Amino acid sequence: MTTTENLLPSGLPRIEHLEMRQITKRFPGVLANDHVDFDVRAGEIHALLGENGAGKSTLMKILYGLYQPDEGDIYINGERVAIQSPTDAIRHGIGMIHQHFMLVETVTVAENVALGLRAPHEPLLDLATVSKRIVELADRYGLQVDPGAVIHDLAVGERQRVEIIKALYRGAALLILDEPTAVLTPQEVEDLFQIFRHMAEEGHALIFISHKMDEIFALTDRVTVLRDGRVIGTKQTKETNKRELARMMVGREVLFTREKKPIQPGEVRLKLEHVNVVGKNNLPVLKDISFEVRSGEILGVAGVSGNGQRPLAESIVGLQHIASGHVYIEGKEVTHFPPAEMYKIGLSYIPEERMHDGVIKDFSVADNAILQDHERPPFSRGIFLNFKAIEDHARELVRTFRIKTPGLKTPVKNLSGGNIQKLILARELSRGPRVLIAAQPTRGVDIGATEYIHARLLEQREQGLATLLISEDLDEVKALSDRIMVLYRGEIMGIVEAEKVTIEELGLMMAGEKRLTVETSAS
Amino acid sequence: MTQDLTLAAIIIGILHSGIRLATPYLYASIGEMFAQRSGVLNLGVDGIMLMGAFFGFYSVYQTGNVWVGVLAALVVGALMGLLMSVVSITLQAEQGISGIGLYMFGLGLSSLLFKTVLGTVEGVQGFSEIKFQITPTISLYDIPILGPIFFNHSVLTYGAFLLVPLAVFVLDKTTWGLKIKAAGQNPEAADSLGVNVTVVRYVAVTLGAALAGLAGASLSISLLNIFQENMTNGMGFIAVALVYFGSWRPYGVLAGALLFSTVNALQLWAQVLNLPIPSDVAVMLPYLLTIIALAMPFRRAAQPAALTRPFTRGEN
Ligand SMILES: Nc1ncnc2c1ncn2[C@@H]1O[C@H](COP(=O)(O)OP(=O)(O)OP(=O)(O)O)[C@@H](O)[C@H]1O
Ligand SMILES: [Mg+2]
Repeated sequence: MTTTENLLPSGLPRIEHLEMRQITKRFPGVLANDHVDFDVRAGEIHALLGENGAGKSTLMKILYGLYQPDEGDIYINGERVAIQSPTDAIRHGIGMIHQHFMLVETVTVAENVALGLRAPHEPLLDLATVSKRIVELADRYGLQVDPGAVIHDLAVGERQRVEIIKALYRGAALLILDEPTAVLTPQEVEDLFQIFRHMAEEGHALIFISHKMDEIFALTDRVTVLRDGRVIGTKQTKETNKRELARMMVGREVLFTREKKPIQPGEVRLKLEHVNVVGKNNLPVLKDISFEVRSGEILGVAGVSGNGQRPLAESIVGLQHIASGHVYIEGKEVTHFPPAEMYKIGLSYIPEERMHDGVIKDFSVADNAILQDHERPPFSRGIFLNFKAIEDHARELVRTFRIKTPGLKTPVKNLSGGNIQKLILARELSRGPRVLIAAQPTRGVDIGATEYIHARLLEQREQGLATLLISEDLDEVKALSDRIMVLYRGEIMGIVEAEKVTIEELGLMMAGEKRLTVETSAS
Repeated sequence: MTQDLTLAAIIIGILHSGIRLATPYLYASIGEMFAQRSGVLNLGVDGIMLMGAFFGFYSVYQTGNVWVGVLAALVVGALMGLLMSVVSITLQAEQGISGIGLYMFGLGLSSLLFKTVLGTVEGVQGFSEIKFQITPTISLYDIPILGPIFFNHSVLTYGAFLLVPLAVFVLDKTTWGLKIKAAGQNPEAADSLGVNVTVVRYVAVTLGAALAGLAGASLSISLLNIFQENMTNGMGFIAVALVYFGSWRPYGVLAGALLFSTVNALQLWAQVLNLPIPSDVAVMLPYLLTIIALAMPFRRAAQPAALTRPFTRGEN
């Protein structure tokens, strides 16, 4: 018996109550979910919190039919359901925004949205209608996307918006959100939360995963904490606090403040002079970029994703062609150097798109730990790899960065998202770099590990490393940087002292509404 | 003056043969393009062509009806495609190897059938050339220069050229084309949206193989009107190369097929005219050209990211 009360405004039947009972999932060497009980109700936003590798994504993939549980059952409105595939999940009204992008890179935004949907005149694809609805959704919810853009050309933030549009377009009764905010700016996150709250009011059920405590408190009604695959507890969000949750997650107290020692910057390590980069269709993506980063200094780069951050990082690393201008490392001109050369002279790079640019996902943890350095001692002698040295090195990284992995031979794609990020960081920092380009270094990393990574970045700074820190997390940029540079449409809007600038000022600059005089060097 | 006329005739002859010879390449390459866009490399095209050539020929030989031949070639091609699908998609065998296996199977079986049921090379009355008769006295064929080049081909040749825009339409304007592209580019993403990657790949491979069967029949019941053992002579492999050459796009494949067949026609005419080029070198020419074109590095960017990668959901 279906009454209109049981329907959502979109016409989908509501999921009044979804329950996962005693879910257990084993992978070789890992117990990812250990008799997990979890439930969510219509109108509720339920947070899932836990360290990297705690088993959050695994639990959600089981709910979405991507994994089959070894034990346990799923109930919708009291009835047991079998979810064998995403198709089953979709049929039950479940949607999911995945931790790693699920986009077909070579086709347009509209085509990605249309994929798998029934078209009005099957088999004809009706992209015009799809595009029109995308624009409507984008306008209504403040998510800028161009339906005709090819995914290939989009920055991570834009891709994330596409994933959200994809989910909104489909309209699920229950929406799983696996770290949807990891690469968005505060304003975008706020807009997105409006959407989520509105959906909950309409009677949707939402499951929200994030490592950012503030978001948990701003958005959710209940929070369940997982540790090592087990449920530690479920709380009403209103009745708990950051410290308690952190303790439940990590099992110890976590520091929320960073201690940045004042130090006198040393010699110039990285210098860009009038760098121009031209992108697709001959449009400039970087315009006349000049700045310096000194030894012992962290220069933060703030800006809404897609305003030139990626071309900036890639043109320094040698992955993007520089149309004009010069790049210097320690006084030596390195413009147009290929990445291999750059790595050799002491550059380290943490790319924003970790799965694509940071690791080879079918390679083992150990092999990924020496990607750039496999041709150098001690990892190889002549043409032979030295497996012992490689494993020792990898073991050391896994230990110091507390990377959760069943073994050194495990393919990287089987690690949880945050642990892949930790592996990349560990690799790049352990290379003893002179200059570090770090794009979104703590994206998707849990609070304990973020604390650790920040401490390491600051420690390296004290030892003289010059860091270019590109991040959409303004708190992170403010906490770690000495100076902050704001990019807007490929131009520098200003370079300011991190101590003196306010978040509001940064916001205005990021929106292109305020421009400050550019001082290229710390004095 | 007479010399000029002969030269014109030769050029017309070369262009006409170029268009004609493109027929089997177009069917086979467009078919292969669909398979590859869905993520499956089918190297067995040549074997499928041989099977299509035989069954197409034999059906016409028995019934005298060319359309029965076309149907037989499509069906036997599709069956070969299903076989390839079972082995490479369901059983997830290494695609390169299973394709070679399929080729050898097709080569062997078509030869065996030829020997047991036909025995000697015979001819059939295949498709005839259309001359586009408008009135009893006027036909498009009579248009100077253009007529003899364009309006003197069989239905199968025109069909092959029509297939190109049709393929563009299917790829870019239908939900099926989108699913095929997604399955070959990011099967995980397609799967997460409820697209059945296995079914999509089966369909693309089977459809592609049916077209390869037709490619074979276009030789045996339209271009040559005979069947001979191994009559494709490696055309199926060139067809696979043309997909790479054409950067996995129908019009690219068309350009490649025309270039290849025209150079081939040139080479044939060079032999006919007794030009002082060693015939081995002349025969080599089109293949050499293919290798050079394939070596162009920029083409690789268009390769479907999941080409040759079997798909299993999630767990590994
Ligand atoms: N396909 C797989 N094969 C083997 N092990 C896996 C697989 N998927 C996940 N795991 C393991 O299961 C554990 C839980 O992983 P999961 O991805 O659920 O963590 P998570 O809580 O989502 O972490 P994060 O916050 O880093 O995303 C990890 O130890 C991971 O290595
Ligand atoms: Mg996860």
